[in-house]
Amino acid sequence: MTTTGSTISVRGLVSRRDHAVVLDRIDLAFDAGQVTAIVGPNGAGKTTLLRHLAGLDTPSAGQVELRGQLLASLGPAIRAWSIAYLPQAASAYWPLRARDLVALGRLPHGADLSRPLKAQDAQAIQHALERVDGVALADRPIDTMSQGERARMMMARALATEAAVFLADEPVASLDPAYALETMTILRAEAARGACVIVVLHDLGLAARFADRIVVLASNKVAADGPPSVALAAGVIESAYGVTFRHLTVDGIPQPVAWER
Amino acid sequence: MNRWLLLLVAMLYLVSLAVGPAWWPWRLGTEVGWAIVWELRLPRATLGLLIGGVLGLSGAVLQGWLRNPLAEPGVIGVSACAGFAAVCAFYSGLAAAFALALPLAGIAGAAIAVALLMGAVRSGTGTVSLLLMGVAINAIAAALISLVLALSPNPFAYQEISLWLAGSIVDRDLRYLAIAAPFMILGATIVLGAGRWLDALSLGEDTARSLGADTRSLGLHLTLGVGLMVGAATSVAGIVGFVGLIAPHLVRGRVGFRPGATLLPSMLAGAALVLGADIAVRLLPTASELQLGVFTSLVGAPFLVRAVRKAHAAWLAT
Repeated sequence: MTTTGSTISVRGLVSRRDHAVVLDRIDLAFDAGQVTAIVGPNGAGKTTLLRHLAGLDTPSAGQVELRGQLLASLGPAIRAWSIAYLPQAASAYWPLRARDLVALGRLPHGADLSRPLKAQDAQAIQHALERVDGVALADRPIDTMSQGERARMMMARALATEAAVFLADEPVASLDPAYALETMTILRAEAARGACVIVVLHDLGLAARFADRIVVLASNKVAADGPPSVALAAGVIESAYGVTFRHLTVDGIPQPVAWER
Repeated sequence: MNRWLLLLVAMLYLVSLAVGPAWWPWRLGTEVGWAIVWELRLPRATLGLLIGGVLGLSGAVLQGWLRNPLAEPGVIGVSACAGFAAVCAFYSGLAAAFALALPLAGIAGAAIAVALLMGAVRSGTGTVSLLLMGVAINAIAAALISLVLALSPNPFAYQEISLWLAGSIVDRDLRYLAIAAPFMILGATIVLGAGRWLDALSLGEDTARSLGADTRSLGLHLTLGVGLMVGAATSVAGIVGFVGLIAPHLVRGRVGFRPGATLLPSMLAGAALVLGADIAVRLLPTASELQLGVFTSLVGAPFLVRAVRKAHAAWLAT
């Protein structure tokens, strides 16, 4: 596998936690302009892979490269500027106003919440709020919001960075179907903008509809990697999840439904 | 808000120069009058200003950094640990041998406590582990202070030190000010630049790192800064509790709960609180002057109870 030309890649990535292997020699390269969904059973190492891509964990072996340069050798400022990371069940410890929360996404661009914002930052914040349909909520403290509204604000925070790589860990977990669809549409728009979008999903149907490529992680390894029709093939996901699936096809898109243990 | 707080602090500072057994000492127009101003009132008011300022600022820093509205140097044992270290410096004779031993010991004690607390927050479950660690540090520091006093050859040690630990800035002359002020100012300078990253930490440590925060170096800076401030303050004034809890609470709502924007107003509010409390203990008709720390605890502890009850369960649970 060649890694030249890809935006972000991992080579021979091994991750251990307390001697247990969480990721075992993973080789993956992700391209700009694509949405890649990472799926797999609980404990397969999806979140860990995303954390390595974000530079939050140090590999036990192997390496993570951003545009051909070792991620570990880049300073925190460049890393933050290039990679936006939206963690699972993102929350805030203080009841910040939504607009201030979204403004945190501009810290990598040198913004400081205690000073007046630059026009460019203010514009990015406004644009991010518009994209999550959150302008009306902008002046409300986030503790007065529903879980779904808060999740959208967190999404806006990550969008405001306007980074080349967008990492999202289960961004639709607390959203109703309408906002789940909207979130996936936003991720597609990020890819259309030229970003390299990598998203951990549990909903295989959403992954099949919105991802260009699906990586199936199982037992700490890559079990399948390819377009939805290949990666979600019966043999692959049934052995990965250890359950049987019913395989529907809607408008030519596979929609596997977990059926029986 | 900062402008109003600054005005309030300036007014309280002037009142603090004026109030005492001799009112308006400069009006006496005599040498004695001016001696009272220069040698008694000025160091006292300035220490009140600085100690209040650094305690308010330390509270805001600790709350932002540990992401917990109950973090406060006194409540979670930072002051107690600094107090223990200062007591060691006293009774080992180190403080008598060289003047800087006292603040340096206090700073080391405070920094150790802050590092222990950060460890508890990293590995534990938020508020619970923070407060339990604070209880443990408080208990250990109190026990060690008793041990050191029991070993001391001075029979009056116990009485002396309990009065000192209760917190006071009475009869601290310019020398105390000279050894403590540089450390407090240095500590404040170190932490005041950290506002942006405290804002980022509102989203938790991982997200803050993904936004460019270097949490390791931030942790070192804040440990050093809070250690310098609380250590130096405690080594000259004993334990003045609850200021670091109340000051950030008073101002936080007005800055939209942004931890970085809380720092400066919290520092000013802390200065106003300690100056006000120090004026109050001089005005209260008690037989001997009430200790400053006793007064701030009397006012502050009920405030803590109220803060705990009012705090959103959701924001405390994490």
